[in-house]
Amino acid sequence: MTDLVLSRRRFTQGLGIVVATFAWTTRSAIGQAPPNLPFSLRNNRKLEGWIRLEPDNSVVIFTGKAELGQGILTALAQIAAEELNVEFDKIRMVSADTTRGPDEQYTFGSQSVEQSGAAIRAAGTETRAILLAAAARRFDLPETQLKAMAGSVVATDGRRATYWQIASEQPEILRREIAANIVPKRPADYRIVGQSINRVDLPPKLTGRASYVQDMRLPGMIFARVVRPPRYGAKLMALDDTTVRSLPGVVAVIRDGHFLAVAAEREEQAIAALNALASGARWSDDGISLPDMSNLARELRQLRSETSVVGTAGQSEPAPPDAKRISAEYVRSYVSHGSIGPSCAVALLKDGHMTVWSHTQGAFPLRGDLAKVLGMQNSEVDVIHTQGSGCYGHNGADDVALDAALVARAVPGRPVKIQWMRDDEFAWAPIGPAMTTKVEAALSSEGRIVDWSYDVWSNSHAMRPGQAGGVNLLAAWDLSVPFTKSPPPRIPQPFGDGDRNAVPPYELARKEIRNHLLLDTPIRNGSFRTLGAHGNVFTIESFMDELAEAAQLDPIAFRLAHLKDPRARAVIEAAAATAGWSAGAKGDGWRGRGFAYSRYKTIGMYAAVVVDVSIDRNSGIVRVPKVVIAADIGSVVNPDGARNQLEGGIVQAVSVTLKEQVTFDRRQITSRDWAGYPILTFPEVPSIEVVLMNRSDPSLGAGEGSLAPTSAALANAFAHATARRIRLLPMTPERVKAALA
Amino acid sequence: MSTRITVNGESRMVDAAPDTPLLYVLRNDLGLNGPKYGCGLGQCGACAAIIGGNLVRTCSMPLRDVENDHVTTLEGLGSVENPHTLQKAFIAEQAAQCGYCTSGIIMAAKVLLDRNRNPDDEDIKNALADHLCRCGTHNRVVRAVRRAAVELAR
Ligand code: FES
Ligand code: FES
Repeated sequence: MTDLVLSRRRFTQGLGIVVATFAWTTRSAIGQAPPNLPFSLRNNRKLEGWIRLEPDNSVVIFTGKAELGQGILTALAQIAAEELNVEFDKIRMVSADTTRGPDEQYTFGSQSVEQSGAAIRAAGTETRAILLAAAARRFDLPETQLKAMAGSVVATDGRRATYWQIASEQPEILRREIAANIVPKRPADYRIVGQSINRVDLPPKLTGRASYVQDMRLPGMIFARVVRPPRYGAKLMALDDTTVRSLPGVVAVIRDGHFLAVAAEREEQAIAALNALASGARWSDDGISLPDMSNLARELRQLRSETSVVGTAGQSEPAPPDAKRISAEYVRSYVSHGSIGPSCAVALLKDGHMTVWSHTQGAFPLRGDLAKVLGMQNSEVDVIHTQGSGCYGHNGADDVALDAALVARAVPGRPVKIQWMRDDEFAWAPIGPAMTTKVEAALSSEGRIVDWSYDVWSNSHAMRPGQAGGVNLLAAWDLSVPFTKSPPPRIPQPFGDGDRNAVPPYELARKEIRNHLLLDTPIRNGSFRTLGAHGNVFTIESFMDELAEAAQLDPIAFRLAHLKDPRARAVIEAAAATAGWSAGAKGDGWRGRGFAYSRYKTIGMYAAVVVDVSIDRNSGIVRVPKVVIAADIGSVVNPDGARNQLEGGIVQAVSVTLKEQVTFDRRQITSRDWAGYPILTFPEVPSIEVVLMNRSDPSLGAGEGSLAPTSAALANAFAHATARRIRLLPMTPERVKAALA
Repeated sequence: MSTRITVNGESRMVDAAPDTPLLYVLRNDLGLNGPKYGCGLGQCGACAAIIGGNLVRTCSMPLRDVENDHVTTLEGLGSVENPHTLQKAFIAEQAAQCGYCTSGIIMAAKVLLDRNRNPDDEDIKNALADHLCRCGTHNRVVRAVRRAAVELAR
């Protein structure tokens, strides 16, 4: 022990400094990023910004991505443990935090393993190499006689030093920029990545330890609620808050323009005050005219739009004149996130500094917009990601963060917690936009698609905070000095927005795909799982079945005839084999099965899905006994975690397809609770079989790719069973009965 | 006004109005995290706890109605160090994503298993029919409850 302390001192006083001066003149230090630098490293080059060896013999890994219930922290910890050669339980994860840790923008698009995983892999590999080199100097041995294992460097002569010993002797060694010039481990050598390691966050969550922002309790904390207008566009004309101010526990009534909130000592007092304040508020009759729900397709197409061609081929030649032309139109309704826990945030203004704890998907972008609205510098605001209820995209998380900050500003020194009420979440959070599509194709006499023409109309699905040209936070639009919404971004293919997955994955010699980005936004729009991919894949895959039927070909054989990509063919064949697909099988009027294929974002995971349905023709209720999916997500970091995500997407897809639509009259949203917005329940959930392809290709996110093809396969199964097709989601009992009448 | 209630085996005094929904007393006065606010309307089950052997939606029960009944929340079943059979089974099956709904579901499963030691999948799904999960972990939950039943029967 004494020896160790002595040598430690010797190292820090002597060698450490020498090492420090020689090791850091890497390429990157002179400002040149090496080619192929992982995306997330480009703006976050400091190694210590990703990895720290702590005095308690743990490793802290910083990620800019957030745990949303998708298990990302566990997957990233596996990658870190793998590359570092440390035991898995030595890793501690710190996620999305503007006070420390890297800026990785948003946690969205199933990119966390791709982006943060690649960065942590590079940082981990490099750290291991640095520690090996440092140990080589320490032992005066060539690196070939050293091995890094289980958190130690071990020499062939038996000497060993733990990573933490080396780091404490040479504290400078991780203070450098990542060069990313070391080759990470080969997948064949993985021991931790690829294992179904249990989620690190579940034992606390399943035993009631504080895990969520909803569970935060700070000394002196008060509770607040916001009185939202009765509908979009209404303005606060008059307010009588005398009753409210005399209610027990009320600390403050906050009014700024049309933003109205109340804070109280206790939560139920804040809720009582909310109700009293609501009855004391008089709102103008203003409103935004909402679309006629009974004809969404027509209503959407009447909105102002901006048209662009997002995919084209073969247009110089005319379409073959003798081909059989078929066309169809489809609609997907507005969809709510339906997080089980309404959005929540805690904010504290102290000594001129605003700290906000939030389950946002983008801590750094949110910080920027909060600062803008509060008139503060970025450096005066921090956003610390703290988990919330699952979100499936952009729900009310960011909005409630601003709500809390606005109240906190009025009561400096006191932490303020706001959890939205159920109706706040349903009526005011961003909603996945409705979409309508029109597709026309021509079939040759051999059953080949010889022409394809496609149009999609949709609002932007990408209206997050941090976007240029405005502020995308609800309360910001209501302040006495209001901010305007950012204009929708223009997101090119292959990612796309409403046109995500609008370009079919099939080999089509002649095609044109047009995106009509709708500019009027009657319903507040935002990102719901897969953005436009859901409506587009629903359309394309429904229509592929319609074409197959017209060509009198089996739907799977018809697709395979238009697909070359071997990975696409492999998932299709795997799903068909697992489900026991038999070509030519006929539906019997009440039972059937359907198929769909998609590759998420055109460059992401592959999925092929077979859905079985049974239909009660009297009640119009569609049941889904079984779903089979074959998925190729590249190399799999955590197979059980991936399955959990794929299963979750399938359940959500069945729910969205059969039940879900935000409802409204011409003035306001009317689906404001679970009775108005039913989702799939336990007795209705299908049994699910997941086949994960075994691949060593780079990892592709698993969070979103199962949703859209499941919807389409369900619609195809209905058509297979009944010989009637429903092209309008959701397939409610009324619509089913109408289709069968 | 002070009220005495027994929660997770401990007798506690709480200083809250008698019409306060029990949910806020459990969370804010007693510092418990298991019961969650989901809707406040009795529609989702996130707030469920066991009171006098019955499953109760604590968002919709005023403090005054608890009277002498014992209240059990997720914390009363077990801890990270010493989890209850059901909690172990949920971990073994990785039967959660965000886990926000799971506390209420585990409490409902506890009441089910107390009444029916050998439920089949249908029984489990029916017992959980009024509990919403948006992440789609239903099949894992059913497996976890079945696993716990098998464990408890040993
Ligand atoms: S919060 Fe009590 S049932 Fe939803
Ligand atoms: S696990 Fe997220 S709502 Fe059920």
